[in-house]
Amino acid sequence: MSKICTAGEAMAIVDDGDMIAAHNWGISGSPGYLFRALVERGVKDLTLCIPNLIPLPEGFVERGLTDPTILIPQLKKIISPFIGARGILSSISETFLSTLAKEGRLEIETSTHGILMERLYAGAMGLGGIYSPVGVGTIIAKSKEKRTIDGVGYIFEKPLRPDVGLIKADKADTLGNLVYRGSARGANPVIAMASKYTIVEVFDVVEPGELEPEMIVTPGVFVDRVVRIPDEDVYSGKRRPELMKILTEVMLARGG
Amino acid sequence: MKDRLTEELLAMRAAQEIRPGDYCNVGVGLPQLCASHVPTGAIVQAENGTLGYGPLVGLDNVDEMDLDFIDAGGSFFTTAPGMAFFDILTSFVMIRSGRLKSFLGGLQVSEKGDLAIHSLSSVDKFPQIGGSMDLAWGAKRLIVLMTHNTKDGVSKVVKKLTLPVSARACVDLIITDLAVIEVTSSGLMLKEYAPGWTPHEVQAQTDAQLILANNVKEIEF
Repeated sequence: MSKICTAGEAMAIVDDGDMIAAHNWGISGSPGYLFRALVERGVKDLTLCIPNLIPLPEGFVERGLTDPTILIPQLKKIISPFIGARGILSSISETFLSTLAKEGRLEIETSTHGILMERLYAGAMGLGGIYSPVGVGTIIAKSKEKRTIDGVGYIFEKPLRPDVGLIKADKADTLGNLVYRGSARGANPVIAMASKYTIVEVFDVVEPGELEPEMIVTPGVFVDRVVRIPDEDVYSGKRRPELMKILTEVMLARGG
Repeated sequence: MKDRLTEELLAMRAAQEIRPGDYCNVGVGLPQLCASHVPTGAIVQAENGTLGYGPLVGLDNVDEMDLDFIDAGGSFFTTAPGMAFFDILTSFVMIRSGRLKSFLGGLQVSEKGDLAIHSLSSVDKFPQIGGSMDLAWGAKRLIVLMTHNTKDGVSKVVKKLTLPVSARACVDLIITDLAVIEVTSSGLMLKEYAPGWTPHEVQAQTDAQLILANNVKEIEF
């Protein structure tokens, strides 16, 4: 069966109550096209595991980019080391998040980048959990099992095994083998391994044999659906120079 | 009132701790300023997945910006010979296996070397821990850069933390706009003080008791 499909077709797998994992560390490597498709899918009560949940600064959404915080109305829980950003989280989204959290409609579980990656990798490996030395005695140790091993203190962290992983890569072949570019790699390879079902958005799809086997970072076995971003979309490979121009224009207007 | 070190001078002094051959991570904020003073032969890591990147691209050079070449703080960098890209899992293996000299900002450091990076209000609101606890715990050598006192004049170098702890007994060296202080098993050792200041005056600005190093001297650049 072919793995190539549209974002709408791929999203049919997502149900109410699912745990989703996705990458976010700025725009690069974050599956902005799939985020929009997830909103269109209209499912609710999702748990989102994400390294950062950082709203786009003012000016970007107006130019067609997807702010990852558009997912918030569909979430019941966020597992993330970093929500908002210094000076970027607008008062509107901050009030919105606070209100949801205060009313108990949104649970926020904090973590660290390292622990989040370990929990995903533990999930991928089928482990029952991990003992982490990072976080001992801190706010993230609250109500977690503590244990001393060979004189060192640890806290117990559960594995994460997301139902669906939403990732982004530079190129895929039709078998789902993936290559990345620069710092866009992010948490994408880890999310692909940990998730029960992985959907990738790519700039380009090529035939088997066109990608150098030595250069493949995520082997196709970890990828269930490949979505090529349509040329007309702002995130497409074709419109990348334009996307870069939008970024720099907004940056220049903001003065940095 | 006497002058304290500017942020730029503080960063320059901190960068003296980086030697050729070091792998290091400079945290977002004040430590980031060290990046432009890294000596040749030292390699900088960005925790979102790059080792050994080139100089950052300024706003006056937007044509050279590339969407996929960004550091952990979202600044665009240029490529450099010998650079490497990797995923975030690999990145945090580097960070937690004691291979990097880490430079972090801080709100408080105790005499035991405990570090507080986040305020109570920010902890209550939303998690913004990021990779800071991993960096603090796993560093080969942890250097904390901060102003010596808060805006209200309260010492950030303290006997005991009053803010939420990020990692215990992790700090090796504190560099402030007044002093360079080493965390030793017998306490905090004042090694250098800002030009124009005396060790006695630095102590007066400090909550924790400082031990004077035998060769205590003025900070040099």
